[in-house]
Amino acid sequence: MPADSSTPAAVSAADVAAVFRREHGRAVAVLARAFGDLDIAEDAVQEAFVAAVVRWPELGRLPPSPAGWIITTARNRAIDRLRREAAREDKHAQAALLHAQDEPVEEGPVRDDRLRLIFTCCHPALALNVRVALTLRLLGGLSTAEIARAFLVPEPTMAQRLVRAKTKIRTAGIPYRVPYEADLPERVRGVLAVVYLVFNEGYAASSGDELIRTDLCAEAIRLGRLLVELMPDEPEAVGLLALMLLQESRRAARTTADGLLVPLPEQDRSRWDQQLVAEGQQLVRRCLRRDQPGPYQLQAAINAVHSDAATAAETDWGQIVQLYDHLIALTASPVVALNRAVAVAELRDPAEALELVDALDLDNYYLFHAIRANLLHRLNRPAEAAAAYESALALTTNTAERTFLHHRLAELADQ
Amino acid sequence: MTQYLLSIYQPDGPVPDDEFLAPVIKELAAWNDDLRAAGAWVFSAGLHPPESSTVLRRQGDELLVTDGPFTEGKEHLGGFTVIEVDDLDQALSWARRLAEILVALPVEVRPFAG
Repeated sequence: MPADSSTPAAVSAADVAAVFRREHGRAVAVLARAFGDLDIAEDAVQEAFVAAVVRWPELGRLPPSPAGWIITTARNRAIDRLRREAAREDKHAQAALLHAQDEPVEEGPVRDDRLRLIFTCCHPALALNVRVALTLRLLGGLSTAEIARAFLVPEPTMAQRLVRAKTKIRTAGIPYRVPYEADLPERVRGVLAVVYLVFNEGYAASSGDELIRTDLCAEAIRLGRLLVELMPDEPEAVGLLALMLLQESRRAARTTADGLLVPLPEQDRSRWDQQLVAEGQQLVRRCLRRDQPGPYQLQAAINAVHSDAATAAETDWGQIVQLYDHLIALTASPVVALNRAVAVAELRDPAEALELVDALDLDNYYLFHAIRANLLHRLNRPAEAAAAYESALALTTNTAERTFLHHRLAELADQ
Repeated sequence: MTQYLLSIYQPDGPVPDDEFLAPVIKELAAWNDDLRAAGAWVFSAGLHPPESSTVLRRQGDELLVTDGPFTEGKEHLGGFTVIEVDDLDQALSWARRLAEILVALPVEVRPFAG
């Protein structure tokens, strides 16, 4: 119960916005199942929130169940709309209307509906960038303009992509349901990948509009929490959430006041968010106990080992190398091998790490050159290090990364 | 229920020899039998090569008849199957098996309108 329920406190736009953020995905999910059409669901939920902006301040308080109010209002709006269309002798609308009236109004926890919506948005028959955009739009309630800004495309382009995706879902008959048992593991990976893409879009240093990017991380974590709530038996979902929380915990320490990147060993660890660290570590322990390690759990575990060390020097590099070995066995990714080499440099020596790095075919990846440069620098080969930093610079346009590399080059010159 | 068109595209040029084709054709027959058994089969057919096609198009008052396929390309429609299933997931699962049988040939899944 709100403490001030006796006083008719005003309902601000921010209150409605908070409900919108929390309940949009759920409301769209319930309506989409009832009406079998994402457009009808989305429009009706939109109309319900527009009504709430007027109605709730008049009431002077939030309704007892804001989600229920939104869903009921949206449902009535959708039925009104279908009636109007049915009056124009639209058989399809009539059929949907009959279907809709059979359904009881739902106000309780509707886990399955949101899960169905996620699997629909992340269907493999949709292009990956479209899956990300649809998930943010329908589950996260982000506006088309916000999504367009986050992905640096013009708003009309994003709007077109979303319309095309919804049309394909309807005409191609992409089912609105959680996939069958046999398809599930494969499809879950796709869903988790979409959420992690959202997170990385926000986490990749400050290019584009910084505010929106921070929002994207928050949104990804919110979706991650939702997945864990919806799929408590999926250890990779827990692993992904832990991974995002542990990475997010270091946000404040990752850049200087003027936006310069601070690499992990040089970060001020007192600025790590200890609450996020604790939650992330607890989740890592929880999923590793199940002993079905997947890529997200292992990456989370690596991050948890970093978080365990009070100083960079105290890092348990042996454990990190072991975790990377395991991860390479699962993914065979050269980028993972590159990161493992960094850990080997700490555990044993930079010369051994350099050999590992030189064996990788990652010539087009700026971090490959940046890491090589760092190792060469430590091996006291400054000319080669400088050349490698130049190669890295040629491959990145991100301002924060470029400034970082320029600083490193200047340090080399000073010696 | 929705009907889906499963189109098989193949590269132009000589047909692979019997040694290669025989097992493929056998598996295709089994796939068709399974489709029928599941009640999902509507129609299927293979086509002669694109050189055998003729395109007609009205231009003003005249009807233009041209020799050869409508689109220029290295790949052309080689055959198709129409199936009737509940949704795209079911269509994709039939198409997946078809694509596995056909080795490297792409299979396009497209819903019928209406």
